[in-house]
Amino acid sequence: MEALMGTWPWYVGGPLIALIMLALLWIGRSFGFSSNFRTICSAVGAGKSCEFFRFDWKSQSWNLLFLVGAIIGGYIAAHYLSNNQIPPINEDTITELKSMGFASAGTAYSPTELFGEYSLRNVILLLVGGILIGFGTRYAGGCTSGHAISGLSNLQWPSLVAVIGFFIGGLLMVHVLFPLIF
Amino acid sequence: MKRLIFILLGVVFGIVMYKSETASWFRIFEMFNFQSFHMYGFIGSALVVGVVGIQIFKRTEMKSLEGKEMDLTPKAKSIPRYLIGGTFFGLGWALVGACPGPIFVLLGAGMFSIGIVIIGALVGTYLYGILRSKLPH
Repeated sequence: MEALMGTWPWYVGGPLIALIMLALLWIGRSFGFSSNFRTICSAVGAGKSCEFFRFDWKSQSWNLLFLVGAIIGGYIAAHYLSNNQIPPINEDTITELKSMGFASAGTAYSPTELFGEYSLRNVILLLVGGILIGFGTRYAGGCTSGHAISGLSNLQWPSLVAVIGFFIGGLLMVHVLFPLIF
Repeated sequence: MKRLIFILLGVVFGIVMYKSETASWFRIFEMFNFQSFHMYGFIGSALVVGVVGIQIFKRTEMKSLEGKEMDLTPKAKSIPRYLIGGTFFGLGWALVGACPGPIFVLLGAGMFSIGIVIIGALVGTYLYGILRSKLPH
């Protein structure tokens, strides 16, 4: 029980995610989370003003159910399978984060400085981050699930190009833009 | 029945993402600073199981539950689309500290400010839809 309540090691989490991907393939679907954004846009009527959203979104409703499951899973994990889970991140990372103004590093699951207060600055940062995610995933045709897990598992080199892009963007953000933002 | 299976798979996904901390902003920051093996081990071990599993599917010519071909269509070949699109996504992933799946996991965990990210992602998706014909693919 103790092991269940703490951080699940990578060699448990990674294989389980792969099994979910394989299960979806076996059921005749495929693992790709970000396409839900397009489905939701279409469901709320984006097809009226843009051709890209004119498709049979109901054929993707299985993925929306998966999304609902993910929300429920997050609730269960946080409320019943955790006791204030704090990721045991590297001490050097904590020191670095504290010097950047993240006092919550090493004491919380997510930084309260970014997610805990609705300041104008935070709202803008989260909104811009979301726009980059929505725009980038659709442009690249997938996110970490569709490319890094599904695509690479199927030995697709376009997915490798996408993952290289993910890292170019991530490294740019953390090493070039973070010093300007935080 | 089938609907329940999708929800259940989503629930397992959500629990695993939260518990293995791929939904933690701190873990993503740590990953992009190369200060822990955790995230690399997560993706790497997923790939070991994923590659072996898909090879088994392909070599045994296994069919899906409904007796159809599995959805293993090769991705369209291109460089700019994946590289530029991927870079945009990477910028957002590092800023928000969560990729699309974990964003919803965090919403379920009670971190409601992540809702702003969801709104942003829908706006970003819509922007792509409008600009698509003008972008290099």
